[in-house]
Order: sequence, then C-alpha cells, then structure tokens
Amino acid sequence: MSLNRDQINSIAHLARLSLTEAEIPVYQDSLSKIVDLVGQLDAAPTQGVEPMAHPLPGLSARMRPDVVTEKDQHELYQRNAPQVEAALYLVPKVIE
Amino acid sequence: MHTSTLAELAKRLRAKEFSVTELTQSLLGRIAAAQPKLNAFITVTPDSALARAKAADAALAAGKAGPLTGLPIAHKDIFCTQGVKTSCGSKMLDNFVSPYDATVVERLDAAGMVMLGKTNMDEFAMGSSNETSWYGPVRNPWDPKLVPGGSSGGSAAAVAARIAPIATATDTGGSIRQPASLCGVTGLKPTYGRVSRYGMIAFASSLDQGGLISLSAEDAAMVLEAMAGFDPRDSTSVDTPVPNYVAALDEPLAGLKIGLISEFFGGGLDADVEKLIRDALRVYEKLGATLVDVKLPALPLSVPTYYVVAPAECSSNLARFDGVRYGYRCQDPKDLMDLYKRSRGEGFGAEVKRRIMVGTYVLSAGYYDAYYLKAQRVRQLINQDFKRAFEQVDVLIGPTAPDVAFGIGAKTDDPIQMYLNDIYTIGANLAGVPGISIPCGFVRDLPVGMQICGPHFAEAKLLNVAHAYQKETDWHRRIPTDYVREVL
Repeated sequence: MSLNRDQINSIAHLARLSLTEAEIPVYQDSLSKIVDLVGQLDAAPTQGVEPMAHPLPGLSARMRPDVVTEKDQHELYQRNAPQVEAALYLVPKVIE
Repeated sequence: MHTSTLAELAKRLRAKEFSVTELTQSLLGRIAAAQPKLNAFITVTPDSALARAKAADAALAAGKAGPLTGLPIAHKDIFCTQGVKTSCGSKMLDNFVSPYDATVVERLDAAGMVMLGKTNMDEFAMGSSNETSWYGPVRNPWDPKLVPGGSSGGSAAAVAARIAPIATATDTGGSIRQPASLCGVTGLKPTYGRVSRYGMIAFASSLDQGGLISLSAEDAAMVLEAMAGFDPRDSTSVDTPVPNYVAALDEPLAGLKIGLISEFFGGGLDADVEKLIRDALRVYEKLGATLVDVKLPALPLSVPTYYVVAPAECSSNLARFDGVRYGYRCQDPKDLMDLYKRSRGEGFGAEVKRRIMVGTYVLSAGYYDAYYLKAQRVRQLINQDFKRAFEQVDVLIGPTAPDVAFGIGAKTDDPIQMYLNDIYTIGANLAGVPGISIPCGFVRDLPVGMQICGPHFAEAKLLNVAHAYQKETDWHRRIPTDYVREVL
C-alpha cells in the first residue's frame, strides 16, 4: 500500500508535526513500507482472540487514601518552561 | 582495577586495595579519555560522583556500608536525575534539568552507588544502533566503525570499554539485550512490572522495562536486588517480593529443561552465530540440562505486531512534548498551532517523527480495528505461545540478534532493515517475560550474544542459568584490547 502526499500531511497535522518539503517524500516512502510490514498481520487467525493491552493479567487501578501527598513546587517545575510570567505558562494569544 | 567486575570491586574495596575515591577518579579519567572516540556519555557528573565517593569511603571506614556502597554506575539518559540534565537523547530535552529522581536512581543512590554520569542512547529509545541520538552515534569499542546496537548503546559501549562497571538501561523491543549482544556484555531485561518505570521517560508504556547492562550475571543480580520491587508511584509496578538473586546464582542446573524455539533456528540466522549458540547448548547439556524443541507459531509476527503497538503508544506518550511546559520551543510562533507543530517538528528527530506518525495513523478513525485491535489480538497469540512453551520448559535459549555489529550508516536509510535487528528480542516485550543476553563467542572477531528467556518473574532462574555458563566460559571476560591499547 502506498500513502500519498495528502495522507502524510494529514497524519502530520493530527500528530502536530510540521514537516519540511524534503521530509514529505521520505515519510511517504518509509510509512508505506511500514504499513506493508504490518499488513502481514492480516493473515493471522485471530477470530475470538481477546485483545491484549498489556502483560499484567488482572491489573486494576490501585486506590490510595484521599490525602495530599504533593507539595507545591511550581517554581522548581517552571524552571524548565520556555516562557513563564507570574507563575503562568505563556503561549501565543489563543482568544481574539 | 577497571577490568574487575562489580562483585570483584566490592571485595577489593573492602580489602582496602583502593578507596572509592581512587576508583571513581580512575573511571572519570577513563570516561574523559574515551569520550572523543566512543561518545558513550551525554553528561558526566564528576563533582557529585566525587562527593558521593567520599561519603562512601566514610561509610566503609565506619563499617556502615551495604553491599553496593561505593560501587560506580552510569545511568541511561532516559532516567530522570534530579538537578542533572536528562535529555533522552533528544534535542527536545536538551535543556531539561529534571526536578526529581527516577525511582531506580533514587534506590541505587540510597544503596550507596556512585553515579558517574548519563549515557548516550537512541532518541527517546527509538533505534537499534544508537544512530538516532541528537548527540551523535556511539561507537562500538570492538571496532569504532561499527554501531554498538541500541537503544542503550551508550550503556553497552561504556561497560564493554570498561569505563563504567555497570549501567542502567531500558528495553522496549530489545534495547538492553541487542546492544549487550553487539558489545560482548551481559544485558538483563526484567519482567514487565518488576522495576519501577517512575521517572523513566516513557516510549511504549505496555512494553518499556528498566534493567541493567553489566560484565556478568552475578553483577546484574547484585544490583537488580536493589532496584527491583513495588513502587506505588508506578501504576503497573507489581507488588510481589524481590527474591535474593545472589543467593540463587549457584543452584545446580541438573534437570533444567531448555527450550529451543524452532522458528528461530534456520532462516535468517547467520550460520556462524547459530554454531556458537549450539556450542553453548552443549555446555548446558554437560551441566545436566536437557534440550527440547518447542514451537511458537505466532512469534514470527512479533515485528509487525510491535510496529503497531509501540508506535501507537509512542504517539500518545510523546503528545506531552508541546513546547509549553518544558523542552524545546520554536522561535517566534505565530499562533498556538504553529507553536505545537514547529516545536515538535524541529525538536524531534527523523525516527521519532516517523514512529509518532505511524502511531497516529494506526490509531486514526477508520483504522483502529484493522491495525491496533488486530495487533493486540496477535499479541495475545504470541503471549499464549510463550505460556505454552513455559509449561514444557524452564527457559528458552536462542540468539539475541541475527548477526554481529554492523557498520555506522549501513542501515540508516532503510527503517525496515533496522527494525529486523530485533526479531529475536521483541517477543519477550510483547509477552512481558524477562530475558538476558550473555556473550557466547565471536564471529569475525566480533562478539555474539545468546538470549535466555523465562516465565514472568523468573529473573532468579535466568541469572542462575547465565551465571552457570559464565563459570564454565570466559567470553564475558574478553576485553576489546585494540581499543584499550590505543585509547587508554
């Protein structure tokens, strides 16, 4: 199966990735090959087989006591942020 | 002292042959000398290493030392280290200083180990050659023209070059075992859920597992005991007791049933590699083990299954990198969408973007059932194959990688060829079972690894089986001598 330019652009948009012009044909080629590779799965007899999401049988969400365990460390965490003002993360204007 | 295993270093420190400070200084010198040639480290932490070494010397002198006190270790740069850059091999996190420690780092720190620095790796652990790192490829100490394998290539090269006696690593599809094989060292991937993933930057959360690259199974046993165990901060951490791995190392192998996966021998496996595995199996027969052929008919589908499941989980996990809270942000974004797209487009490398897009595609509307659900069903078939096999045998033994180390640049243009490096290792991740790769000889003067897999939580058995072989052979003690003579 071969993915076209539009499909690559649409996947990149869904994934929030900007691609350069030069990257598009490269991903067209390699994604098509990967889709062919995973196409081998079509022939596997899986009727009635339970899908497996992870290797731990019987895993369920663990509950913990409803108590505060985190202390406020926003200054520490925001040291890694590209742009912060008054303890808020800054992004380009969203609402006109 | 640099050729000693961790177990030997522990004894020699106690015999006062040298101090932890002397050992640490010596290794830091070797790391600096090797760096231009191997590129095994992204960050070296000499100041904190020497401070911790001093504290370890004091603890040893005061008789307050534990079994790991003062033993040096390098951490793969996927593990968060408080106050130290944690890049995951990516431009995206080149400016990221972790505000906290991963549980693995915290536990080994508490056990008194001395962190030397952070090792190079494929970007976000996506790669089998360490060539996708934003910090450049790591080189194989056995031949610097060759790759060390990946994604834990820096950890494997550092241990093989004897610039760190042991290193942490992670394995999503073979990223501990394959580089261990290509570098002639021991690589242990524990059972899914055995080692906490808290603070280990996520790639594919149903497959990722932390482990070790070491000089011997004995060394891995010593450190696994300290790093394994329940962690309430990881929701997939399993609450089951950690056995005494060291005490189980010397159990006799008489009566051990070894399974040989029929699907792995023959087609695609290098004939010389196969011969070495067969030779190793004869060693086990002499120790009292019996060999049984087993069939895992769905296992040949593990690569296509993995290339649906892993990219799907990766596309979801890596959505957190948005250029807002941490990590790379593009210059002058014109609006929020532009900020997201260019920060991610410029911050991620080619292979990471490829996998994010594959994952996005297989999870997108109209394709979910055909790809993702189908792959989850095949994953179940592979899981059941392993379960049935372990009803017949104690362990499975076979090759770790289809061939020895390949040239830098040899497979970078063809992702499918690169992905096929992991055909023998991916199955264990899909089923969540543990695996270890240990050196079993040389082909064309390059190391070859043999893989031993067991049922869930059979790490003690795997280490026991690996240790028994390492008592009979000295492949794991071979050192890349040309490199050592030339560089150090």
